Parts: sequence; C-alpha cells; structure tokens
Amino acid sequence: MTQTQRPLRVLAAMSGGVDSAVAAARAVEAGHDVTGVHLALSANPQSFRTGARGCCTIEDSRDARRAADVIGIPFYVWDLAERFRADVVDDFVAEYEAGRTPNPCLRCNEKIKFAALLDKALALGFDAVCTGHYATVVLTEAGTRELHRASDMAKDQSYVLGVLDEQQLAHALFPLGDTLTTKDEIRAEAERRGLAVAKKPDSHDICFIADGDTQGFLATRLGRAEGDIVDESGAKLGTHEGAYGFTIGQRKGLRIGHPAADGKPRYVLDISPVNNTVTVGPAESLDVTALTAIKPRWCGTAPAGPGRYTAQLRAHGGETPVDAAMEDGELRVTFDEPVRGVAPGQAIVLYDGTRVVGSATIATTVRRTAPAPSL
Amino acid sequence: MAYLDHAATTPMLPEAIEAMTAQLAVTGNASSLHAAGRRARRTVEEGRETLAAALGARPSEVVLTSGGTEADNLAVKGLYWSRRAADPRRTRVLASPVEHHAVLDAVDWLAAHEGADVEYLPVDAHGRVHPEALREAIARDPESVALATVMWANNEIGTVMPVRALADVAAGFGVPLHADAVQAVGQLPVDFAASGLAAMTVSGHKIGGPYGIGALLLGREHTPVPVLHGGGQERHVRSGTLDVPAVAAFATAARLATDGQETFAREIGALRDALVTAVRAAVPDAILGGDPADRLPANAHFTFPGCEGDSLLLLLDAAGIACSTGSACTAGIAQPSHVLLATGTDPDLARGTLRFSLGHTSTEDDVKAVADAIGPAVERARTAGLS
Repeated sequence: MTQTQRPLRVLAAMSGGVDSAVAAARAVEAGHDVTGVHLALSANPQSFRTGARGCCTIEDSRDARRAADVIGIPFYVWDLAERFRADVVDDFVAEYEAGRTPNPCLRCNEKIKFAALLDKALALGFDAVCTGHYATVVLTEAGTRELHRASDMAKDQSYVLGVLDEQQLAHALFPLGDTLTTKDEIRAEAERRGLAVAKKPDSHDICFIADGDTQGFLATRLGRAEGDIVDESGAKLGTHEGAYGFTIGQRKGLRIGHPAADGKPRYVLDISPVNNTVTVGPAESLDVTALTAIKPRWCGTAPAGPGRYTAQLRAHGGETPVDAAMEDGELRVTFDEPVRGVAPGQAIVLYDGTRVVGSATIATTVRRTAPAPSL
Repeated sequence: MAYLDHAATTPMLPEAIEAMTAQLAVTGNASSLHAAGRRARRTVEEGRETLAAALGARPSEVVLTSGGTEADNLAVKGLYWSRRAADPRRTRVLASPVEHHAVLDAVDWLAAHEGADVEYLPVDAHGRVHPEALREAIARDPESVALATVMWANNEIGTVMPVRALADVAAGFGVPLHADAVQAVGQLPVDFAASGLAAMTVSGHKIGGPYGIGALLLGREHTPVPVLHGGGQERHVRSGTLDVPAVAAFATAARLATDGQETFAREIGALRDALVTAVRAAVPDAILGGDPADRLPANAHFTFPGCEGDSLLLLLDAAGIACSTGSACTAGIAQPSHVLLATGTDPDLARGTLRFSLGHTSTEDDVKAVADAIGPAVERARTAGLS
C-alpha cells in the first residue's frame, strides 16, 4: 500500500460484501490493528435480502461478522440508521421531488462513512477508516494527501469519493485501490483467505431500495401526481404519474402512445417540478455544451483560476475534457465536445490526470439545441 | 483476558466436563427397553434425582428441556393454554416488565396470537415487583388470570425479587406463579418446594454445566400443554430424546453450585464489592444499577452518563476485558435496555450501561484490569458521545 507508513488503529467498514472483506484482510496483513464494523443503515433491520440486491440486511450483517471472525478481528454493528435516513434517504427523496437526480452513494461517503463513522472512530481512538473502495490515496512530498483513480481504471471508484476533503482523506484507507486485479482475482483472494463472501454477488443498486424499484420507492413517499408529458414545442403527448419518476436521458417507460413525426426515439429532456411537466425530444436535444455546479468540495486546495481538466459525470461513466473555473461561488464548466444525459443533481468530478481535483453538484445545463435551459 | 460476562455463560466445571465426557462414549437411548437403554435411563434418572435434591424438588417435578428459553416458553405458553382450556375466562397473563426475552417475547406472542391480555406489573426504581402490586393485579379479577410470571433475580441489574411472598399471594388466589431462576441458582439459596412456585426455570450453562440443557421444575398438579410434541419423554409435557451426557453434567454442576452456594456468594460478593468500589473511584458519577443490597452477589451493573454502552464495550474488549451492555440486541444493534426503561431510567441514560458479572474463575486480577481500564474508556466514550 502506497499510503502505509506505520501501523494504524483502523476501523474497517464491512458491508458484508467481498470487497470490504478483502480490504479488511489486507489491512490486517499490512500490519494494522483492525476492528471491523458493520453499519446498520436500514430503519428496518429485520429485513432479509431477497435475491442478490441491496445491503444493510441481517444477512449482510451476518456475512460481515463471519468474515471478521475468519480474518480474526473484533466486530461490531453500529446503528447509524437515523443519520442515514436524515442525511441520505430524505435528501434523495427531496432531490427527486425537486426534479433533480441525486447520487446517494456520494452523499453516504460524504455524510456517513467519512463523517459520522469517521468522527466516532477518531473519538474512540482509531486513526483511520478502511473501506473496499477502488481508489488510491497518495502522500505527496509536501506531506499533503491526494486522491487518485484506482490503478485499474475499469474498477475505479474515485468518482463516489470525490466529495472527500483532505482532512477526510488523511484518515482513509483503501487497500484495494492500488492493485491491478480483476474482480475475479479479488474473489479468488477472498476464497484463498477462507472468506465465505467470495462468491456473493455484487450489489449495484441503491442499498435502501432493496427491490430496485426506485419509482415505486419514490411513489410511496411523494404520492402520485399526474402531469403532462410534452414535446419541445409544448404539445401534450401523454401523461405521467409523477415527474420524480423520470431522469434526464431516460428513454424507456415513457408510455407515449404515438411515435414521433420523424420516427426517432424520444428521450426525457427536462423535468419541471413546478408545473409537474416532463419534456421529451430527440437525442440531439440532450447534448449539453456547458454547465454550472454548486457546493464544490475540493480534495486539497481549490484551483486558483480557470483550468483544463477532465470531468466524470456519473459513477460508471467515462471522462471528457473540459475548461472549468470558479465564478461567483459556482463552478462553470465548458465541454470540448457535447455530452448527453447530464442531469441537475448529479455530481461532476474534475480530474487532473488521475488526481481528483474536486466535485460539485450540477445545478444548470446549457443545451446545444434545446431552447429552454433546465431549471 | 478478564472474563466478566459469567451471566452470559460461565466456564464448565471440571467435574461436569468429566461427567459429560464419561457419557459421550456410551450408547443408549433412555427410552429404549434393552440393556443399553436401561443404562442410559439410569444415568438420566440419577441426574434427575441429583437435580431435584439440589433444587429442593421431587424428581418427578424435574422436566428436562433444551435450556432456559425452552423451559420459559413451556411454562408461559403451556400453562396459559392449559389454564385457559380448563376455564375460557382465564386470558390474563401477569408479568414483570423486566423479564428476560425468553419470557417477555413468549408473553407478547400470546397477546398477539392467542388472545392473551398481558398486564405488566409495576416495578420500583430497582426493578422489583412488590407482592402488593401482584395482589392488586390479581384481585381486580382473580377468575381471569391464567398465570403470573416474575423472575427470581434480574439478569441485567441483579435485583432479587421477593419470590416467596409473591408465590404466597398467587397461591392465595389459586394462580400459578412461574419464576425464571436461571441467574439465581448458585448465587442465592433456591429451594423449589420452599418457594411456593408452580414452575421454575433453570439452565445448565449458567452454573458450570453444558449448553443446550435446562429444566422446568413443575409442580405435579400442573400439566402445561406441550410446546414440543413427540415421544412424550418428559411427563408428556416435553418430547425429545434425552441428552444423557448433558443431563449427567448438568446434574453434577447443579449439585456443586448449590452445595457451594453460601461460600461462593460470600467470596464472589466480596470481589464484586471491590469491583464496584474500583469503578466508582475511577468514575465518580457512575450509577450502580439494581438494588444496592438485595442483589445477585456476582452482578455489578453500571450506567455511565454521556456514554454509549457499545463504545465502552469496544474499548474494554480492546483492553482484554469481556463484559456486556446487559441489554438485548437486534442484529447486533443495541437497543436501550427494557429493564432500565421499566425502572424509569431516561432512554439516553439507558444507552450507557455495562454489566460486569463474576463467576467461579474470577480473580482479583480481573477487578484490577477493570479498575485500570474503566476510567480512560469512559473518558474516551464520552468524547465519542451519543451518536
């Protein structure tokens, strides 16, 4: 591990999955004094996982405990359900209600894993929190810490950690970040270490929506509110049961009866919670040339002036070159080439090479063709 | 390591291990009629007689079970069903609110699924049920009471209940009283006949016997409806092939625990008092839970204001001290103790509890370990606060 200097007292967050289990095992192997902790984030801890989705169930807690026992470290379950509900779930619902598309994983890293959990860990005498994220923390010669992409770009998760500041990074340990290993190799390593979670399926979905039905989840919290689906000229094409059920760039599930005049597929271009309207149109209208983003968080010092960066706009997205600058407290970004499927509420993470510069929440976008800016 | 969680389980006594291992190599189902079965039956019945003698019961009053939880369930559900079958008006169940979950959850299940009207008896600030409270509750409508259940001594805070007086009240109305005596055996004089109880739960692994065995001491006049149906091995109220090695070891442990009770209580009580003094010296605002005098001699329960019990547990565990927060957990998530809540403790305060329970392997070194570690641990846990 590039980030290891001396043995630390480490609190390993163990979800019950294979990555965090191997991460904890590697931290032990690196000579750290490791204690495992499973975060109970669900308000209903009695729930059992159905299928392979989600986390935060009794089964996950048991899987994590079993892994900790095999690794030979103390293990505890900490109840952070109340904090998680307030900081992540309620925020998620409110963002959708406002017509935006939030990423709850970033929010959880920012507010729970590297805030509530880290604070408690530090208070109890731990030096660092260890997770199974694929990202690298580099200690510079100047003694500062930088967050970099994982060695294996295909598994890189630095995007969801882009919200961490240098203080948080100083207490973060990502033992999986600097290995050029495939997921199969991580599973093989888990197997070799006797960890029963080696064969456990990955969880991709939002952990607090166990059945994967985000629309249903939102509907029970926000209620059904019928509204119009219109085209770019404002002509009504159909109705929907709640604007929050849509994301910009969405194509499926629009249920518009008749096809477009040109016969091309139509996509969600805009969601307007004020008049409860969803605007659809052709793919070209999704092209975004520039955006503004708010609530910036920098890994280290904020950039002094305008600069050239690459930007990543979603967890599994690629990167694209941009010009970016801070103006009036907002991050203003111009894309070299138009990008599609950019939604307010999403995080934009800026990179300088492999180094994470910082992140911000997208507020407005500028379309190449669309006359109406979102929001 | 300083093991101070004997109330959770205590190491098996060497004599009990010997008795158990001697039987493990021998074959025989105690229900079989052949020589092997007869031999097994003899071991079981000798064990039953030993248990009966140790606990002040007749051998026929010993119903062997898989442990304390099963015995509690058999008493609570079984007596509810049989008493209600005899008279359909009997739907009231009177219980102390500080019971172990094996009783509490069984009682709540009866309310949810069997139409029981559960009434929780009032307790004082030490968690004690007063005989007058039981009298008042029964007297409101004696004909409708199926049973009452009040533990002999509390597993969390150590308070001892006035069992004899409670049993007298219940008997006066013809109401069967059950007591969970799992924590009491070996620490207090426990005599089933003298107690006046209708039923009493005991467990093997809390007294130096093996896991997975216990008994319900049950007056001959009571025939609870079985929870487990099958071969009817135990008075037709409990079925299942008897665990011969476990019975032998359980009986051995019970004999030793009750023979040595007086000496044990005196010695362990002195060690416990030293632990209480040490904790109070290190943390002056620590609150001793339960009755300060009339309590289990091996129990020391504390509330540390401003701390989370979980944090303390982690810090003491790291310092090589094994203890418990005393409260039950759901999937490992600590809940404020129902016992403390029942005694009127503020819910935030109730999160900062630790139970130290001593046992036959405890030493002065264990007390010293706690004396050294508790002050810094509390200080640190207070910094972490109540999240």
